[in-house]
Amino acid sequence: MSEGEMTRLKEEVEEKKKLISTLRNKPWRMRRRLECLKDAQQFVEKFEGALGKGKGRKLYAFKVMMTKKWIKFNRDFENFKTACIPWERKIKEVESHFGSSVASYFLFLRWMYGMNLVLFGFVFGLVVIPEVLMGLPYGSIPRKTVPRDEQAKAMDFSVLFEFGGYCKYSFLFYGYYNNQRTIGLLQFRLPLSYLLVGVGSFGYSLMVVIRTMAKNSNEGGDGAEEGDFTFAWKMFTSWDYLIGNSETADNKFASITTSFKESIVDEQENQKDENIHLRRFLRVLANLLILCSLGGSGYLIYYVVKRSQTYANMDEDELSWFEKNEVEFVMSLLGLVCPPLFETIAELEEYHPRIALKWQLGRIFALFLGNLYTFLFALFDEVNAKLEREETIKNATIWAMKEHYSNFSELNNSTAITPLSINPADVMRGPCWETAVGIEFMKLTVSDIQVTYLTILFGDFLRALAVRFLNYCWCWDLEAGFPSYAEFDISGNVLGLIFNQGMIWMGAFYAPGLVGLNVLRLLTSMYFQCWAVMTCNVPHERVFKASKSNNFYMGLLLLILFLSMLPVVYTIMTLPPSFDCGPFSGKQKMYDVIIETIDKDLPAFLGTLFTYAANPGLIIPAVLLMVLAIYYLNSVSKAYKHANNELRKKMQMQRDEEKNRRNNKDSTNQVMKDLEDLLPKKSPISASAKENTANIQPLSELGDKPSKVSQKPGAVATGRGVNLQRDVSLAMANPRMAVTRPPGPRGPSALPGNTLQVPGGRGRGRGQNPRR
Amino acid sequence: KSFYDCELTFLTKQEILLAHKRFTELVAKEDRNDPSPRVPMSKILTLPELKSNPFRKRICHVFSTSESKDGSLTFEDFLDLLSAFSDSATLEIKSHYAFRIFDFDDDGTLDRGDLEKLVNCLTGETDDTRLTPEEMKQLINNILEESDIDKDGTVNLSEFQHVISRSPDFVSSFKIVL
Repeated sequence: MSEGEMTRLKEEVEEKKKLISTLRNKPWRMRRRLECLKDAQQFVEKFEGALGKGKGRKLYAFKVMMTKKWIKFNRDFENFKTACIPWERKIKEVESHFGSSVASYFLFLRWMYGMNLVLFGFVFGLVVIPEVLMGLPYGSIPRKTVPRDEQAKAMDFSVLFEFGGYCKYSFLFYGYYNNQRTIGLLQFRLPLSYLLVGVGSFGYSLMVVIRTMAKNSNEGGDGAEEGDFTFAWKMFTSWDYLIGNSETADNKFASITTSFKESIVDEQENQKDENIHLRRFLRVLANLLILCSLGGSGYLIYYVVKRSQTYANMDEDELSWFEKNEVEFVMSLLGLVCPPLFETIAELEEYHPRIALKWQLGRIFALFLGNLYTFLFALFDEVNAKLEREETIKNATIWAMKEHYSNFSELNNSTAITPLSINPADVMRGPCWETAVGIEFMKLTVSDIQVTYLTILFGDFLRALAVRFLNYCWCWDLEAGFPSYAEFDISGNVLGLIFNQGMIWMGAFYAPGLVGLNVLRLLTSMYFQCWAVMTCNVPHERVFKASKSNNFYMGLLLLILFLSMLPVVYTIMTLPPSFDCGPFSGKQKMYDVIIETIDKDLPAFLGTLFTYAANPGLIIPAVLLMVLAIYYLNSVSKAYKHANNELRKKMQMQRDEEKNRRNNKDSTNQVMKDLEDLLPKKSPISASAKENTANIQPLSELGDKPSKVSQKPGAVATGRGVNLQRDVSLAMANPRMAVTRPPGPRGPSALPGNTLQVPGGRGRGRGQNPRR
Repeated sequence: KSFYDCELTFLTKQEILLAHKRFTELVAKEDRNDPSPRVPMSKILTLPELKSNPFRKRICHVFSTSESKDGSLTFEDFLDLLSAFSDSATLEIKSHYAFRIFDFDDDGTLDRGDLEKLVNCLTGETDDTRLTPEEMKQLINNILEESDIDKDGTVNLSEFQHVISRSPDFVSSFKIVL
């Protein structure tokens, strides 16, 4: 076979292969597709062998076989991956009963669970396991032992529940970890790993969130305006095909009908703005009230945290349970009470439901954020207080050590001093502020879990029980009127999940056990909430789509990620670590461990490289360059958007023109009208078909004389063209009227020969004028 | 055969096996030995995924390859159905089949009669949820104004696809999973 034939055959084989891969995109019957596939595969098999002859046959056959194996492996892997996804049946059941919006919450929960599982893997595998396996055991050094005065109560359940006692001095919290530079046989650098895992978990979360956001935004529509196709979309896309339950279907029917009727009414009459002043006043009043409540809740949290600091100084036995857990209790209570309060106040505002929902979500977001940050600031004061106390204790320990040495040398009169050997439980301890912060976050998470589960139990389950069983002996219909069954609060739950994750991100650096706790929590949440939703809730009356909101919640998550990263990074950079607990004890700042690693473990030139890279003279130009790059990309994207809009307008105009042309109407587009007015001599742009054929006829006559035409095609043709058009426009009295008669025979002036008035023709040596 | 099906449909291997299992449950006992059994529409409509769907009869008719136009499906038709409604199907496939489902009189365009039947399907069976004739007329006028580009009083396939491709909700709601 020749080379040409080979390449052609190769192309055909490639084409058949492409056909096979796109076969399922064609809307054919299965039978037809099957036949097509069989043909294509036979063809490929037959000729692939033939192509393999000649040089490189073995290599070609090998390549083909490897590609086939790779494709098969990919397919099996995809199947395996889909089989591994947990809870698919459960979520599908919820979806068929409640529609896609409620199911989107569970899909979000599952996604969070996956992310937390990966974070847990990092923390557990790279920090906890090395310390537990290769580090010093419990009781060997002071930081790993319960102090003597706490040992009596260390095993009490109430103490353990508060994360004191044995919990506090375990691998769950920061204080347990030793600051040895390398541990074990493998010289595992634990402090470095701790710092890198802490920072790396933020990096991983960021990457995952952004990747999901990008994937979600690709699935969106073409970017048409919302108002463009309201009715058509309502008609064609409003039914949710996943609904498999007749009760949900009835609800869906009702909501579709309501939305149809609403849109019809909206379209028919304009909104009359009655008494705009009253509405504005009410809206301002509502916003004021909400601001007041936000401020009030922030102040309440601050006050409570301050009080808890005074409690911490008092003896534990004098405090009641309420006083000990005041902070968490108050925060959870606020999270429960304020959102319904906002909703009631928002009824003053009389917004459209979708806008009202957005306001509500924004306010709840502000509430949670304010609470979290107030909590953080109050915690910060506590940390500073602890740091001060640490100074005094550090001085005291140094003083005690000096005393021991002086006594020793006095008594024994020798210079060789043996170090003090005290039982680790008796050593004087500093107030390990990092562990204290970790404990606070743990307690907050635990109380959050408790509140969520209790709300579901009481708010949904007991309410459903009451409605179901009391209905038999109650005066009014409990199921139809108040209180009736609860609806699943999607936005509240999603926001709760997002904020919980923010707390985990903030606290994970100080309490490695927190991520494990969260994984457990998400796992139980999934089962518990699935059960609760199927048992106690009813489908929504007004069903709203979840599709576009997915990126909204992801955006919130991204924001929370940044906001929770700030405190952690701040503490790593600024606050000095405790002197006697944690992997960074003894250093001035936590990031010193990186500098130490660069100095001792990496080759020398890397060290100099890093010092050069950290030079402000290099960093500032780099920052400037990035700012310029952002500005450039911003302007490029604006230009693209503008071009897009122009194209869209052009398409719209063309569509309108087509419409008008088909209906033989005048051009209603003002731009086109102006254009036509500006060009009186030329034939009208929206010429009818008959005019077109009239133009074509004289040109075909010209075709009889090709030789004359070809000599100077450019100028002559255009000259002729312009002249022809002038002739045509002169011949037609009113160009805007429909042409009802074919054009009559033209006078001699219209003959092409007479119009060959070529500029400077005679002197060009073209011979005599034709036709004369 | 299932090896081929992976390339012919948008379904994964597990989904195809599950579909086969559910389909054979519906096959009547006397047809069990038939190499390509055909299940009548009445049995297909007992599937929980289709039971509450207002377009269930149309879906069966669209995917059916029977000459008697009775809406019965073979296993291949059933796979076609699931593939078109699956999560990974493309927008073109979904909009193509959506158009055919909405085309009640099978004439290749959506005229006023088709749109009226469509609205009636969507607003449910009971009398108090139906629209009045004036509301119906207004609604259909609005729809035609939005989607009918060439103003011939009907919506053809390309106009339909043009409207649908802009919608952000279509792909996620036009989904059936066993």
